[in-house]
Amino acid sequence: MANVWVIAEVKEGKLKKVALEMLSKGKELASQVGGALEGVLVGSGVEGLASEMAKYGASKVYVADDAALAEYNGEAYANIIGKLVEEQKPGVILIGASINGKDLAPRLSAKLGAGLASDVVELGADGGKLTVKRPIYAGKAFASIKFKTDIQIATVRPNVNPVAAPNDGASAEVVKISADAGAVKAKIVDKQLSAGGKIELTEANIIVSGGRGMKGPENYKMLEDLADVIGAAVGASRAAVDAGWRAHHDQVGQTGKTVSPTLYIAFGISGAIQHLAGMSSSKFIVAVNKDAEAPIFKVADYGIVADLFTVAPIMTDEFKKLLAE
Amino acid sequence: MNIIVLVKQVPDTETRIKVQPGTTDIVREGISYLLNPYDEFAVEEALKIKEAKGGEVVVITMGEARTEEAVRTALAMGADKARRLDGAEFLGADSYATAAALAKAIQGESYDLILCGKQAVDDDSVQVGILVAAMLGIPCVNMVTKLEVADGSVKATREIEGGTETIEAPTPCVITAQKGLNEPRYPSLPGIMKAKKKELKAVSLGDLGLAADQVGAAGSKTEISELTMPAERAAGKVFEGEPADIVPKVVRMLRDEAKVI
Repeated sequence: MANVWVIAEVKEGKLKKVALEMLSKGKELASQVGGALEGVLVGSGVEGLASEMAKYGASKVYVADDAALAEYNGEAYANIIGKLVEEQKPGVILIGASINGKDLAPRLSAKLGAGLASDVVELGADGGKLTVKRPIYAGKAFASIKFKTDIQIATVRPNVNPVAAPNDGASAEVVKISADAGAVKAKIVDKQLSAGGKIELTEANIIVSGGRGMKGPENYKMLEDLADVIGAAVGASRAAVDAGWRAHHDQVGQTGKTVSPTLYIAFGISGAIQHLAGMSSSKFIVAVNKDAEAPIFKVADYGIVADLFTVAPIMTDEFKKLLAE
Repeated sequence: MNIIVLVKQVPDTETRIKVQPGTTDIVREGISYLLNPYDEFAVEEALKIKEAKGGEVVVITMGEARTEEAVRTALAMGADKARRLDGAEFLGADSYATAAALAKAIQGESYDLILCGKQAVDDDSVQVGILVAAMLGIPCVNMVTKLEVADGSVKATREIEGGTETIEAPTPCVITAQKGLNEPRYPSLPGIMKAKKKELKAVSLGDLGLAADQVGAAGSKTEISELTMPAERAAGKVFEGEPADIVPKVVRMLRDEAKVI
């Protein structure tokens, strides 16, 4: 029997949305590969979240709950989860393709000699084995991947799998596991968090993004105002990042982040191929650009040919009105 | 301080990728190749450390003969010598088999620090640096934007969600470079001339002492069964005119027609 595991990431005391997405998809996978859907929680004060995982289909949740595990440490988490995997031998391990998830997965792959596919956007099963599809060249092409190993690990891109309706009556067996992190060589000595709970680009449901057409860093305030109204993250093109207007971690594109939000609104972005690669898997794209010939309009569902400096404040006001209705 | 930099040659990010029908590869004709942009940050950081502390920078890659061009770029920037894992057995490797071969090659060198890009912009796996570290049994700090090197340890600042964290790790360790770590130098003309004379050794499977089923496609834990192109996006609606007229309309349509808000 090949069980499907979801390693859930916890943020500010809540399960990350991608964990719910993976549980929803994992339930389907578990029935396809003939196993059970089980969850893993590692952290501090996380045990209570097992019942949340149960609502989305986990029949058993392994919990390592310890104050020392409050902060993600790749070595510690991999030691704890790796040991559990060796004991329980699940067939499929799903991990959210977050910054920490992408750090954890290869550590487990090496420890377990298990195949790993990163940032997958489609999950399926064939003959009891996992099959996945993942973007390569930042989404200019897709690779279908098969695994040769019994333990199959995938990091799953946020926002691509829908969250199923929770079953409030469901419960899961909670199995406490050792929180012994073993030998850890690399230690966190400092943390610098930016103010005001910024939404991570790769996990944002809506992204408002600005390019060269923004003309300078001061004008991004306009996009931040819009983003505040609609609960969006603010991204930028490579041109804007290279000009020093925005931080590197805001860059969308082949040398930045590949994103798949529900809605991507591009302001003053012409649409260089390496930018399009990073955002064209967005579900809906709105582009605002003065130049009617800009390549971004080729991928946009709605194209607004106008001056962004006029459009952005009107759009912010209109969304305010709409959301107040 | 001896530093190893792992590099990969990748198609230029401006490349229009096409799938070679009936294969699991892309159309290679007409592609121009570059040193992976994230590896450039790794090379630059290695050179800065060498300039401050002395030592040697050794570049290691795996791939066919054409990949030597990327290695020469690293040598022209100032790296001292290079190794290329050479042989058909190495081809078709996934991240795991790539890391297994690189880790074995690294064991034959003397090193205090290993640097590489956080990912290669072709297969975008974000795995090899971490895998190499795990296989060598040394720590790894991933997606690093600032690095301070002391005697016997490093302090590396890495990007996390909503901020950064600083991690202290003993050396030897692996650091994977994120954009923002530094501004890579351009190879100078004398640098390019000198690079041609620097040692670039081809290393075979036999030299590494590995079996053919430990590397390349045979040593891989995953395999690509198919490559496909993304779905074409259908032509959208274009709105022209006075923003005061069209923007309210578009915003309503995002809710009522597109249902995305």
